Amino acid sequence: MWRAMGALLMRDLRLAIRHGGESLMPLIFLFAVIILVPLGVGPGPTLLSAIAPGMLWVAALLASLLALEHLFRPDLEDGTLEQWWLGHLPVIGLVFVRLLSHWLITGLPVILFAPLAAQMLYLPNEALGVLMISLLIGTPILSLIGGLAAALTLGTNRGSVLLSILVFPLVVPVLIFATGAVSVAADELSARAHLTLLGALLVLAVTLVPLAVAAALKLNIE
Amino acid sequence: MAVLLQAFGVSFQRAGQAVFEPLDLSLKAGQAIVVLGPNGCGKTTLLRLLAGILSPFPGRVERHAATAFLGHLPGVKGELTCRENLHFLRRFHGMDGLEPDRALARVGLAGLGLRPARALSAGQKRRLGLAGLLVARRKVWLLDEPYASLDDAGGQLVDELLTEHLGQDGSVALSTHQRQPQIGPSVEKLHMAAPGPGEPS
Repeated sequence: MWRAMGALLMRDLRLAIRHGGESLMPLIFLFAVIILVPLGVGPGPTLLSAIAPGMLWVAALLASLLALEHLFRPDLEDGTLEQWWLGHLPVIGLVFVRLLSHWLITGLPVILFAPLAAQMLYLPNEALGVLMISLLIGTPILSLIGGLAAALTLGTNRGSVLLSILVFPLVVPVLIFATGAVSVAADELSARAHLTLLGALLVLAVTLVPLAVAAALKLNIE
Repeated sequence: MAVLLQAFGVSFQRAGQAVFEPLDLSLKAGQAIVVLGPNGCGKTTLLRLLAGILSPFPGRVERHAATAFLGHLPGVKGELTCRENLHFLRRFHGMDGLEPDRALARVGLAGLGLRPARALSAGQKRRLGLAGLLVARRKVWLLDEPYASLDDAGGQLVDELLTEHLGQDGSVALSTHQRQPQIGPSVEKLHMAAPGPGEPS
Protein backbone atom coordinates (compact mmCIF):
# COMPACT_ATOMS: atom_id res chain seq x y z
CA MET A 1 0.00 0.00 0.00
CA TRP A 2 2.79 2.45 0.90
CA ARG A 3 4.54 1.56 -2.33
CA ALA A 4 1.45 2.37 -4.37
CA MET A 5 0.99 5.68 -2.58
CA GLY A 6 4.67 6.47 -3.07
CA ALA A 7 4.36 5.62 -6.75
CA LEU A 8 1.42 8.00 -7.14
CA LEU A 9 3.26 10.80 -5.34
CA MET A 10 6.38 10.35 -7.49
CA ARG A 11 4.30 10.33 -10.66
CA ASP A 12 2.40 13.47 -9.66
CA LEU A 13 5.61 15.31 -8.88
CA ARG A 14 7.21 14.10 -12.11
CA LEU A 15 4.20 15.42 -14.04
CA ALA A 16 4.46 18.74 -12.21
CA ILE A 17 8.14 19.02 -13.13
CA ARG A 18 7.34 18.11 -16.72
CA HIS A 19 4.75 20.88 -16.83
CA GLY A 20 7.51 23.20 -15.65
CA GLY A 21 6.11 26.67 -16.22
CA GLU A 22 2.68 25.77 -14.91
CA SER A 23 4.18 24.58 -11.64
CA LEU A 24 6.06 27.84 -11.21
CA MET A 25 2.82 29.83 -11.46
CA PRO A 26 2.15 30.00 -7.68
CA LEU A 27 5.55 31.60 -7.08
CA ILE A 28 5.23 33.97 -10.00
CA PHE A 29 1.82 34.90 -8.69
CA LEU A 30 3.14 35.52 -5.17
CA PHE A 31 5.83 37.84 -6.40
CA ALA A 32 3.54 39.59 -8.87
CA VAL A 33 1.31 40.54 -5.94
CA ILE A 34 4.22 41.51 -3.69
CA ILE A 35 5.76 43.71 -6.38
CA LEU A 36 2.61 45.22 -7.87
CA VAL A 37 0.74 46.18 -4.70
CA PRO A 38 3.45 48.58 -3.44
CA LEU A 39 3.33 50.23 -6.85
CA GLY A 40 -0.40 50.66 -6.39
CA VAL A 41 -0.60 51.80 -2.77
CA GLY A 42 2.78 53.53 -2.49
CA PRO A 43 6.07 52.17 -1.15
CA GLY A 44 5.90 53.69 2.38
CA PRO A 45 7.17 51.22 5.03
CA THR A 46 4.41 52.02 7.58
CA LEU A 47 1.56 51.25 5.22
CA LEU A 48 3.24 48.20 3.72
CA SER A 49 4.21 46.63 7.03
CA ALA A 50 0.61 47.09 8.20
CA ILE A 51 -0.88 45.30 5.20
CA ALA A 52 1.94 42.76 4.78
CA PRO A 53 0.33 39.84 6.70
CA GLY A 54 -2.92 40.16 4.79
CA MET A 55 -1.21 40.51 1.42
CA LEU A 56 1.09 37.54 1.91
CA TRP A 57 -1.82 35.41 2.96
CA VAL A 58 -4.13 36.49 0.17
CA ALA A 59 -1.32 35.80 -2.30
CA ALA A 60 -0.83 32.31 -0.81
CA LEU A 61 -4.56 31.68 -1.01
CA LEU A 62 -4.89 32.74 -4.64
CA ALA A 63 -1.75 30.81 -5.55
CA SER A 64 -3.27 27.62 -4.16
CA LEU A 65 -6.45 28.25 -6.18
CA LEU A 66 -4.52 28.38 -9.45
CA ALA A 67 -3.78 24.69 -9.74
CA LEU A 68 -7.09 23.42 -8.37
CA GLU A 69 -8.81 23.14 -11.73
CA HIS A 70 -6.19 20.58 -12.72
CA LEU A 71 -6.22 18.63 -9.46
CA PHE A 72 -8.52 15.81 -10.62
CA ARG A 73 -9.79 16.79 -14.08
CA PRO A 74 -6.91 15.46 -16.22
CA ASP A 75 -7.15 12.16 -14.33
CA LEU A 76 -10.87 11.99 -14.98
CA GLU A 77 -10.36 12.65 -18.67
CA ASP A 78 -7.56 10.16 -19.32
CA GLY A 79 -9.12 7.38 -17.23
CA THR A 80 -6.42 7.19 -14.58
CA LEU A 81 -8.91 8.33 -11.93
CA GLU A 82 -11.24 5.34 -12.32
CA GLN A 83 -8.25 3.06 -11.75
CA TRP A 84 -8.20 4.34 -8.15
CA TRP A 85 -11.20 2.15 -7.35
CA LEU A 86 -9.57 -1.04 -8.56
CA GLY A 87 -7.76 -3.37 -6.31
CA HIS A 88 -6.78 -3.19 -2.73
CA LEU A 89 -6.02 0.47 -2.15
CA PRO A 90 -8.20 2.71 -0.01
CA VAL A 91 -9.22 5.68 -2.16
CA ILE A 92 -8.88 7.96 0.87
CA GLY A 93 -5.16 7.22 0.94
CA LEU A 94 -4.81 8.12 -2.72
CA VAL A 95 -6.82 11.31 -2.19
CA PHE A 96 -4.46 12.17 0.62
CA VAL A 97 -1.46 11.64 -1.63
CA ARG A 98 -2.95 13.82 -4.35
CA LEU A 99 -3.67 16.64 -1.87
CA LEU A 100 -0.15 16.30 -0.48
CA SER A 101 1.33 16.71 -3.94
CA HIS A 102 -0.88 19.77 -4.49
CA TRP A 103 0.51 21.26 -1.30
CA LEU A 104 4.09 20.41 -2.25
CA ILE A 105 3.60 22.19 -5.58
CA THR A 106 1.59 25.25 -4.47
CA GLY A 107 2.07 25.61 -0.73
CA LEU A 108 5.67 24.70 -0.09
CA PRO A 109 7.26 27.11 -2.63
CA VAL A 110 5.24 29.97 -1.15
CA ILE A 111 6.44 29.06 2.34
CA LEU A 112 10.05 28.83 1.19
CA PHE A 113 9.96 32.25 -0.42
CA ALA A 114 7.82 33.90 2.26
CA PRO A 115 10.81 35.31 4.23
CA LEU A 116 12.01 37.11 1.09
CA ALA A 117 8.52 38.41 0.34
CA ALA A 118 8.13 39.50 3.96
CA GLN A 119 11.35 41.51 3.73
CA MET A 120 10.11 43.23 0.59
CA LEU A 121 7.00 44.34 2.50
CA TYR A 122 8.85 45.55 5.62
CA LEU A 123 7.17 42.95 7.84
CA PRO A 124 8.68 43.36 11.33
CA ASN A 125 11.26 40.67 12.02
CA GLU A 126 9.47 39.61 15.23
CA ALA A 127 6.49 38.52 13.13
CA LEU A 128 8.48 36.44 10.64
CA GLY A 129 8.52 33.31 12.80
CA VAL A 130 4.79 33.45 13.33
CA LEU A 131 4.21 34.11 9.63
CA MET A 132 6.15 30.96 8.79
CA ILE A 133 4.25 28.90 11.37
CA SER A 134 0.91 30.25 10.19
CA LEU A 135 1.80 29.37 6.59
CA LEU A 136 2.97 25.90 7.61
CA ILE A 137 -0.32 25.20 9.38
CA GLY A 138 -2.55 27.17 7.05
CA THR A 139 -1.49 26.28 3.50
CA PRO A 140 -2.28 22.57 3.97
CA ILE A 141 -5.81 23.65 4.99
CA LEU A 142 -6.03 25.64 1.76
CA SER A 143 -5.01 22.57 -0.26
CA LEU A 144 -7.53 20.40 1.57
CA ILE A 145 -10.48 22.78 1.20
CA GLY A 146 -9.53 23.50 -2.38
CA GLY A 147 -9.34 19.78 -3.08
CA LEU A 148 -12.84 19.31 -1.74
CA ALA A 149 -14.17 22.07 -3.98
CA ALA A 150 -12.28 20.64 -6.97
CA ALA A 151 -13.77 17.20 -6.37
CA LEU A 152 -17.29 18.58 -5.99
CA THR A 153 -17.12 20.64 -9.19
CA LEU A 154 -15.49 17.89 -11.23
CA GLY A 155 -18.73 16.99 -12.98
CA THR A 156 -19.48 20.53 -14.12
CA ASN A 157 -18.02 21.86 -17.32
CA ARG A 158 -15.59 24.66 -16.68
CA GLY A 159 -16.18 24.50 -12.95
CA SER A 160 -13.67 27.21 -12.05
CA VAL A 161 -16.25 29.90 -11.21
CA LEU A 162 -18.22 27.54 -9.01
CA LEU A 163 -14.97 26.31 -7.53
CA SER A 164 -13.89 29.79 -6.42
CA ILE A 165 -17.35 30.52 -5.00
CA LEU A 166 -17.16 27.31 -2.98
CA VAL A 167 -13.63 27.91 -1.73
CA PHE A 168 -13.81 31.55 -0.63
CA PRO A 169 -16.32 31.29 2.24
CA LEU A 170 -14.63 28.14 3.56
CA VAL A 171 -11.18 29.71 3.76
CA VAL A 172 -12.32 32.90 5.52
CA PRO A 173 -11.62 31.48 9.01
CA VAL A 174 -8.14 30.42 7.89
CA LEU A 175 -7.44 33.88 6.58
CA ILE A 176 -8.75 35.59 9.72
CA PHE A 177 -6.78 33.49 12.19
CA ALA A 178 -3.61 33.41 10.14
CA THR A 179 -3.40 37.13 9.41
CA GLY A 180 -4.54 37.81 12.97
CA ALA A 181 -1.65 35.73 14.27
CA VAL A 182 0.89 37.61 12.17
CA SER A 183 -0.58 41.00 13.10
CA VAL A 184 -0.50 40.40 16.85
CA ALA A 185 3.02 39.01 16.53
CA ALA A 186 4.01 42.22 14.75
CA ASP A 187 2.66 44.10 17.78
CA GLU A 188 4.85 41.86 19.95
CA LEU A 189 1.91 40.06 21.55
CA SER A 190 1.42 36.30 21.84
CA ALA A 191 -0.07 34.67 18.76
CA ARG A 192 -0.66 31.38 20.51
CA ALA A 193 -4.47 31.60 20.56
CA HIS A 194 -4.67 32.29 16.81
CA LEU A 195 -2.21 29.56 15.94
CA THR A 196 -3.97 27.03 18.16
CA LEU A 197 -7.28 27.71 16.45
CA LEU A 198 -5.56 27.40 13.10
CA GLY A 199 -4.13 24.08 14.23
CA ALA A 200 -7.60 22.92 15.23
CA LEU A 201 -8.86 23.80 11.75
CA LEU A 202 -6.02 21.78 10.22
CA VAL A 203 -6.85 18.73 12.34
CA LEU A 204 -10.50 19.03 11.39
CA ALA A 205 -9.70 19.38 7.70
CA VAL A 206 -7.17 16.53 7.62
CA THR A 207 -9.65 14.21 9.30
CA LEU A 208 -12.76 14.99 7.32
CA VAL A 209 -11.77 16.31 3.91
CA PRO A 210 -10.19 13.14 2.41
CA LEU A 211 -13.39 11.24 3.27
CA ALA A 212 -15.54 13.88 1.61
CA VAL A 213 -13.25 14.12 -1.43
CA ALA A 214 -13.34 10.34 -1.93
CA ALA A 215 -17.15 10.41 -1.81
CA ALA A 216 -17.38 13.36 -4.19
CA LEU A 217 -15.01 11.72 -6.68
CA LYS A 218 -17.02 8.53 -6.59
CA LEU A 219 -20.18 10.50 -7.38
CA ASN A 220 -18.51 12.15 -10.33
CA ILE A 221 -17.14 8.89 -11.68
CA GLU A 222 -20.68 7.50 -11.69
CA MET B 1 -12.39 -24.30 -9.61
CA ALA B 2 -11.89 -21.18 -7.56
CA VAL B 3 -14.48 -18.46 -8.03
CA LEU B 4 -12.65 -15.19 -8.56
CA LEU B 5 -15.55 -12.81 -8.93
CA GLN B 6 -19.23 -13.13 -8.24
CA ALA B 7 -22.14 -10.80 -8.87
CA PHE B 8 -25.52 -11.26 -7.23
CA GLY B 9 -28.50 -9.60 -8.88
CA VAL B 10 -26.55 -6.52 -9.90
CA SER B 11 -27.98 -3.61 -11.79
CA PHE B 12 -27.37 0.10 -11.88
CA GLN B 13 -29.77 3.02 -11.75
CA ARG B 14 -29.32 6.03 -13.96
CA ALA B 15 -31.77 8.89 -13.37
CA GLY B 16 -34.01 6.48 -11.48
CA GLN B 17 -34.11 3.92 -14.29
CA ALA B 18 -32.36 0.58 -14.24
CA VAL B 19 -29.77 0.41 -17.01
CA PHE B 20 -30.36 -3.35 -17.41
CA GLU B 21 -32.27 -6.14 -15.72
CA PRO B 22 -30.57 -7.42 -12.54
CA LEU B 23 -28.26 -10.28 -13.41
CA ASP B 24 -26.14 -12.91 -11.68
CA LEU B 25 -22.69 -13.80 -12.86
CA SER B 26 -19.67 -15.69 -11.62
CA LEU B 27 -16.16 -15.86 -13.01
CA LYS B 28 -14.05 -18.89 -12.26
CA ALA B 29 -10.35 -19.39 -12.77
CA GLY B 30 -9.65 -20.15 -16.42
CA GLN B 31 -13.06 -18.96 -17.55
CA ALA B 32 -13.95 -16.21 -20.00
CA ILE B 33 -17.24 -14.40 -20.38
CA VAL B 34 -18.02 -12.42 -23.49
CA VAL B 35 -20.66 -9.75 -23.03
CA LEU B 36 -22.63 -9.15 -26.21
CA GLY B 37 -25.40 -6.74 -27.05
CA PRO B 38 -26.31 -3.61 -29.01
CA ASN B 39 -25.02 -0.12 -28.20
CA GLY B 40 -26.47 1.31 -25.03
CA CYS B 41 -27.50 -1.99 -23.46
CA GLY B 42 -25.14 -1.50 -20.52
CA LYS B 43 -22.07 -3.57 -21.41
CA THR B 44 -19.66 -0.92 -20.19
CA THR B 45 -21.76 -0.25 -17.10
CA LEU B 46 -21.74 -3.95 -16.24
CA LEU B 47 -17.95 -4.18 -16.55
CA ARG B 48 -17.47 -1.03 -14.48
CA LEU B 49 -19.78 -2.49 -11.83
CA LEU B 50 -17.75 -5.69 -11.75
CA ALA B 51 -14.54 -3.67 -11.47
CA GLY B 52 -15.86 -1.73 -8.49
CA ILE B 53 -15.69 1.65 -10.23
CA LEU B 54 -19.46 1.87 -9.93
CA SER B 55 -21.42 0.65 -6.94
CA PRO B 56 -24.29 -1.66 -7.90
CA PHE B 57 -27.83 -0.83 -6.92
CA PRO B 58 -29.49 -3.20 -6.30
CA GLY B 59 -27.21 -6.21 -5.84
CA ARG B 60 -23.65 -6.76 -4.77
CA VAL B 61 -20.33 -7.84 -6.24
CA GLU B 62 -17.77 -9.98 -4.45
CA ARG B 63 -14.20 -9.84 -5.66
CA HIS B 64 -11.89 -12.59 -4.45
CA ALA B 65 -8.85 -11.64 -6.52
CA ALA B 66 -7.03 -8.58 -7.80
CA THR B 67 -8.88 -7.03 -10.70
CA ALA B 68 -7.73 -5.09 -13.74
CA PHE B 69 -10.02 -2.90 -15.83
CA LEU B 70 -9.24 -1.59 -19.30
CA GLY B 71 -11.88 0.76 -20.63
CA HIS B 72 -12.38 3.21 -23.49
CA LEU B 73 -10.00 5.64 -21.84
CA PRO B 74 -6.34 4.69 -22.09
CA GLY B 75 -5.63 5.15 -18.38
CA VAL B 76 -2.14 6.45 -19.04
CA LYS B 77 -0.59 9.90 -18.77
CA GLY B 78 0.16 11.44 -22.15
CA GLU B 79 3.01 13.54 -20.78
CA LEU B 80 4.90 10.51 -19.52
CA THR B 81 6.79 8.09 -21.72
CA CYS B 82 5.46 4.57 -22.30
CA ARG B 83 8.10 3.14 -20.01
CA GLU B 84 7.34 5.63 -17.22
CA ASN B 85 3.64 4.86 -17.48
CA LEU B 86 4.23 1.13 -17.21
CA HIS B 87 6.74 1.58 -14.44
CA PHE B 88 4.10 3.52 -12.49
CA LEU B 89 1.40 0.90 -13.11
CA ARG B 90 3.76 -1.84 -12.00
CA ARG B 91 4.53 -0.11 -8.71
CA PHE B 92 0.94 0.98 -8.22
CA HIS B 93 -0.64 -2.44 -8.63
CA GLY B 94 2.14 -4.61 -7.20
CA MET B 95 5.53 -5.52 -8.53
CA ASP B 96 4.91 -9.09 -9.69
CA GLY B 97 4.39 -8.62 -13.43
CA LEU B 98 6.64 -8.27 -16.46
CA GLU B 99 9.34 -5.62 -16.66
CA PRO B 100 8.04 -2.56 -18.57
CA ASP B 101 10.39 -3.15 -21.51
CA ARG B 102 9.43 -6.80 -21.81
CA ALA B 103 5.73 -5.92 -21.63
CA LEU B 104 6.23 -3.37 -24.41
CA ALA B 105 7.98 -5.95 -26.56
CA ARG B 106 5.19 -8.44 -25.87
CA VAL B 107 2.53 -6.08 -27.28
CA GLY B 108 4.60 -5.06 -30.29
CA LEU B 109 5.79 -1.69 -29.04
CA ALA B 110 9.46 -2.63 -28.62
CA GLY B 111 11.71 0.39 -28.95
CA LEU B 112 8.98 2.91 -28.15
CA GLY B 113 9.73 3.00 -24.42
CA LEU B 114 10.97 6.57 -24.51
CA ARG B 115 8.11 7.94 -26.58
CA PRO B 116 5.55 10.08 -24.74
CA ALA B 117 2.24 8.20 -24.61
CA ARG B 118 0.38 11.11 -26.26
CA ALA B 119 2.50 10.64 -29.40
CA LEU B 120 1.16 7.14 -29.95
CA SER B 121 -1.56 6.32 -32.47
CA ALA B 122 -4.95 5.11 -31.24
CA GLY B 123 -4.03 1.48 -31.90
CA GLN B 124 -0.66 1.87 -30.22
CA LYS B 125 -2.35 3.42 -27.18
CA ARG B 126 -4.57 0.33 -27.00
CA ARG B 127 -1.47 -1.84 -27.10
CA LEU B 128 0.08 0.24 -24.32
CA GLY B 129 -3.08 -0.39 -22.29
CA LEU B 130 -2.64 -4.14 -22.88
CA ALA B 131 0.98 -3.85 -21.74
CA GLY B 132 -0.41 -2.27 -18.57
CA LEU B 133 -2.27 -5.52 -17.91
CA LEU B 134 0.99 -7.45 -18.10
CA VAL B 135 3.18 -5.37 -15.78
CA ALA B 136 1.20 -6.29 -12.67
CA ARG B 137 -0.33 -9.73 -12.28
CA ARG B 138 -4.04 -9.52 -11.62
CA LYS B 139 -6.22 -12.59 -11.90
CA VAL B 140 -9.38 -10.97 -13.21
CA TRP B 141 -9.28 -8.94 -16.40
CA LEU B 142 -12.29 -6.81 -17.27
CA LEU B 143 -11.86 -5.51 -20.79
CA ASP B 144 -14.25 -3.09 -22.43
CA GLU B 145 -14.02 -3.43 -26.22
CA PRO B 146 -10.42 -4.68 -26.23
CA TYR B 147 -10.48 -5.05 -30.03
CA ALA B 148 -11.44 -1.45 -30.73
CA SER B 149 -9.02 0.45 -33.00
CA LEU B 150 -6.68 -2.54 -33.30
CA ASP B 151 -5.60 -4.00 -36.66
CA ASP B 152 -5.86 -7.74 -37.43
CA ALA B 153 -2.48 -8.46 -35.89
CA GLY B 154 -3.58 -6.51 -32.82
CA GLY B 155 -6.74 -8.57 -32.57
CA GLN B 156 -4.68 -11.74 -32.75
CA LEU B 157 -2.41 -10.34 -30.06
CA VAL B 158 -5.40 -9.81 -27.77
CA ASP B 159 -6.50 -13.41 -28.38
CA GLU B 160 -3.00 -14.67 -27.59
CA LEU B 161 -2.77 -12.66 -24.39
CA LEU B 162 -6.22 -13.84 -23.32
CA THR B 163 -5.38 -17.49 -24.00
CA GLU B 164 -2.16 -17.14 -22.04
CA HIS B 165 -3.96 -15.44 -19.16
CA LEU B 166 -6.68 -18.10 -19.02
CA GLY B 167 -3.97 -20.78 -19.10
CA GLN B 168 -2.47 -19.25 -15.95
CA ASP B 169 -5.77 -19.64 -14.09
CA GLY B 170 -6.80 -16.09 -14.77
CA SER B 171 -10.27 -15.13 -15.89
CA VAL B 172 -11.64 -12.57 -18.29
CA ALA B 173 -14.87 -10.73 -18.88
CA LEU B 174 -14.88 -8.69 -22.05
CA SER B 175 -17.35 -6.86 -24.19
CA THR B 176 -17.15 -6.74 -27.95
CA HIS B 177 -19.29 -6.16 -30.96
CA GLN B 178 -16.80 -6.56 -33.75
CA ARG B 179 -14.40 -9.43 -33.62
CA GLN B 180 -15.34 -12.57 -31.70
CA PRO B 181 -12.53 -13.71 -29.45
CA GLN B 182 -10.91 -16.96 -30.57
CA ILE B 183 -9.69 -18.28 -27.26
CA GLY B 184 -10.78 -21.87 -27.06
CA PRO B 185 -13.82 -23.60 -25.61
CA SER B 186 -13.95 -22.01 -22.17
CA VAL B 187 -15.98 -19.02 -23.38
CA GLU B 188 -19.40 -18.28 -22.02
CA LYS B 189 -21.61 -15.80 -23.86
CA LEU B 190 -23.79 -13.29 -22.06
CA HIS B 191 -26.37 -11.60 -24.26
CA MET B 192 -27.68 -8.34 -22.94
CA ALA B 193 -31.00 -7.05 -24.23
CA ALA B 194 -31.50 -3.63 -25.71
CA PRO B 195 -33.00 -1.22 -23.20
CA GLY B 196 -36.79 -1.07 -23.22
CA PRO B 197 -38.63 2.10 -24.23
CA GLY B 198 -39.11 3.02 -20.57
CA GLU B 199 -42.17 2.55 -18.43
CA PRO B 200 -44.98 4.98 -19.19
CA SER B 201 -45.63 7.03 -16.10
